[in-house]
Amino acid sequence: MKTANQNVTATMLVNDALKKAEFFKDYNIFTSLYKDAALKKAAKIDERIKNGEPVGRLAGVPFAAKDNFLVKDTITTASAHILEPFEAPITSTVVEQLEKEGAILIGKVNLDAFAHGSSTENSYFGPTLNAYDKERVAGGSSGGSAVAVALDIVEFTTGSDTGGSIRQPASFNGVYGLKPTYGATSRYGVVSMASSLDVNGFFTKTPEDLDLLMSICAHRDEKDLTTLPDFYEESEAKPIKTVGIVKDFDNDAVDPEIRTALKAKCEELKKKGIDIVELDMPTLKYALAVYYIIQPAEVASNLSRYDGIRYGFRSENATNLDDLYGNTRNEGFMKENKRRIMIGNFVLSSGFYDAYFLKAAKARTLLIEEYKKAFEKCDVILAPVSPNPAFRLGEKVNDPVAMYMEDIMSVSINLAGIPGLAIPAGKTASGLPIGLQVLGPRRSDKTIIKFAEEIR
Amino acid sequence: MKYIPTIGIECHVQLATKTKLFSEVDNDARGKEPNSCVSPVDYALPGMLPRLNGEAVRFAIRAGHAMNCVINPKSRFDRKHYFYPDSPKGYQITQFFHPIIGEGFVELPNGTKIRIEHAHLEGDAGKLTHFSNYSLVDLNRVDTPLIEIVSMPDIHSAADARDYCKELWRLMTFAKVSYGDLYNGNMRFDVNVSIAPEGSDKLGTRTETKNLNSFRSIERAVEYEIKRQTKLLEAGETIRQETRGWNDATGESTPQRSKEEAKDYRYMPEPDLPPLNLSEEFINAALENFPLMPSDYRAKFTGIIPADTLEVLLDHANLVEKLAELSSPSAIKRIANLFASVLLAEENFSLLNDDLPSATQLNDLAEMLDKNELSSTGGKEVFIKFFDPEMHFKATREIAKELGVVQENDLGALEAIVDAVLAKPETQKAQEDYKNGEQKVIGFLVGQVMKESHGKANPSAVQEILRKKLA
Repeated sequence: MKTANQNVTATMLVNDALKKAEFFKDYNIFTSLYKDAALKKAAKIDERIKNGEPVGRLAGVPFAAKDNFLVKDTITTASAHILEPFEAPITSTVVEQLEKEGAILIGKVNLDAFAHGSSTENSYFGPTLNAYDKERVAGGSSGGSAVAVALDIVEFTTGSDTGGSIRQPASFNGVYGLKPTYGATSRYGVVSMASSLDVNGFFTKTPEDLDLLMSICAHRDEKDLTTLPDFYEESEAKPIKTVGIVKDFDNDAVDPEIRTALKAKCEELKKKGIDIVELDMPTLKYALAVYYIIQPAEVASNLSRYDGIRYGFRSENATNLDDLYGNTRNEGFMKENKRRIMIGNFVLSSGFYDAYFLKAAKARTLLIEEYKKAFEKCDVILAPVSPNPAFRLGEKVNDPVAMYMEDIMSVSINLAGIPGLAIPAGKTASGLPIGLQVLGPRRSDKTIIKFAEEIR
Repeated sequence: MKYIPTIGIECHVQLATKTKLFSEVDNDARGKEPNSCVSPVDYALPGMLPRLNGEAVRFAIRAGHAMNCVINPKSRFDRKHYFYPDSPKGYQITQFFHPIIGEGFVELPNGTKIRIEHAHLEGDAGKLTHFSNYSLVDLNRVDTPLIEIVSMPDIHSAADARDYCKELWRLMTFAKVSYGDLYNGNMRFDVNVSIAPEGSDKLGTRTETKNLNSFRSIERAVEYEIKRQTKLLEAGETIRQETRGWNDATGESTPQRSKEEAKDYRYMPEPDLPPLNLSEEFINAALENFPLMPSDYRAKFTGIIPADTLEVLLDHANLVEKLAELSSPSAIKRIANLFASVLLAEENFSLLNDDLPSATQLNDLAEMLDKNELSSTGGKEVFIKFFDPEMHFKATREIAKELGVVQENDLGALEAIVDAVLAKPETQKAQEDYKNGEQKVIGFLVGQVMKESHGKANPSAVQEILRKKLA
């Protein structure tokens, strides 16, 4: 990562990033840009460097945050109409940690509203375009984050991953995208999607950058009681002798070019003396169903606070309290938000809780066990991220189930709480990036990052 | 036909913690501006996560211990969903599936044991004030820690319902987990009432009268409900399962919501809070220096303080705590009497909020009364004077002297005064009359001696001397 020094100043780095952000405006990446504030911060860092004062590990490095990260005194939209206007009184822990090390936030980037989606087409501000083909989707929900790094506008971006929202757009745009172990990074100050699945992570151009960002951000946060005690910095990367391949992911539903890319990677590994083992993971076929019960349930619950009473959008078309709630939420939420609210409330409703939510929770425990067993047979798992490369804009918008299938190989990782790292793995014949994901047991974040370095 | 009522009670207790259940904001909003004790977490801004207040957990453990309850080492939080402006998150964080406090019991003064089903920790809601065409929301109370205590349906009369609630109130104030200010909603009660024919093994359909906040209204509401249900059954009608609202002014309750209209709260485990695992050390530390409970005081004071006086005093933890500090049973008895007759007299209610006299002051007062150095009237005067801020550190005898109420018990000195009075011409006739058998004139002579002594003589001692001299 290029940090500021005497010769390359923070101001130069930030100006460069702002210029590129402007240049790539047609990709619809940014929801807001903080030009003045960023340049002011850059000048301060340059001043410190000039005076020989110590600067942080990310001195002058421009970055962008997914627009569900709160930053004090700025607008957070979550790309949703219902939050307009919302100015945050606090800064999310992750952004705070990065800024403390001298990184400079130049703006916030687009996502599917409330991170609901796999294409960034569910954004109130319209879709972000794929970095390699403007007629294709960026992936999602962290589409803006992936494209901003792929187009080299910023060195890194933050993202959030509930069911693949970092890994899938990373794979669609040929960059690295890390979904850390659940609880490795703080969720404080990030608009919640599904609390037991949400993890905040990063998009970078190299695994080394991910290592640095994790050293900075993977810490216990007293403001998020679900964060783990510090483990990342002290942990040691495990040498990889055996890599697992999930048989259940190798089927006709997966694009042949992706299957070929995975096989090619395995051949490479074998040449390096690494054993490849095939894994039977029969519970995985239930993962998507389990995910689409637990996730909407938590989504419905977490979105209850957007009611038009205290902040954000409030419908003008209401004469009583029930209508105020109903119309505000009907006019303020996107179609996909409403779909999940309805599914979520259904699976939690009296008489259905046991049949859906409770059963899904039990199946989730089985999935966790299945991954534990899998990691007894191998050190890490290598798998496709999504069944296909970036698809065309509009292709799946009206087919929610097809859109949900995008997540079929990514959601089980969130359900199990294990880390997953999307790595670039070549391109299709038509030039679209292919991504694979490296998975490891809980707290093996450093191992999978180092492994990604080794197999680059 | 005779009907037997069956009553179960749910009680919400606001815990007197320094900060709220899930944030660092001041929990004591008394006298504060509306919406001034609200953090971004309480306000439910996006991305805000609850942090559990350890003090609230310790208070819950103490409350559970006061009710002889099992403390569950593993408990968990859940979300209870509903839309209303008093609930910023759109859900209340409560413990629906795995509460922190398990089974226990509360023993009423009459010996009846009421079993506790469980009690759980949860956050309170905000407060709405309605006006003709708008409503105002005050979120100061949002996520004030509460415990909800759920009794088993072990209560069978309105009086026991009242006594149970009162005993709960005592337990919570003695355990010092709540301010117990009923008027300001520190404790709120929901009573579930059903009736069934005597001898029936099935319970009747129950109703729930919600949000009662005085012991009298609890008793009245239960009485009302028993009568109402009895009338319905006797008329051959059925009872609707519903919640009802009590109107204290009219002495009636009205239906609010029927079972069919009941909300579906869509309970779900709270994913933002890890399960609460309490170690034995944590539980033991929370119970360190656990205060004495009403039952302890009953055991200690029975035979010393009359039962009815004791029950009155037990409404005030500080009074019985003070009594327990006194040195002798006779001091306890005398001071208990003063507490009950002076301090709890309506005109002195304001003194209850002041610091109580020290144990030394009270022990000395009891001793002076024992030795007849103070009349009961003088004793009361001294007692009241204790509450004068300037007298806080003064010795009892000094105060009594300043008030001029110390009685003259020195027999030699008294005899001299008596002799002086008997030598007076105006007492000669009375002396004659007494000697001629008119016993009651002794009162006149005692009065004369008291006058001569400026009221400091001990009247019974004076009478004794007079009788001897005139015999």
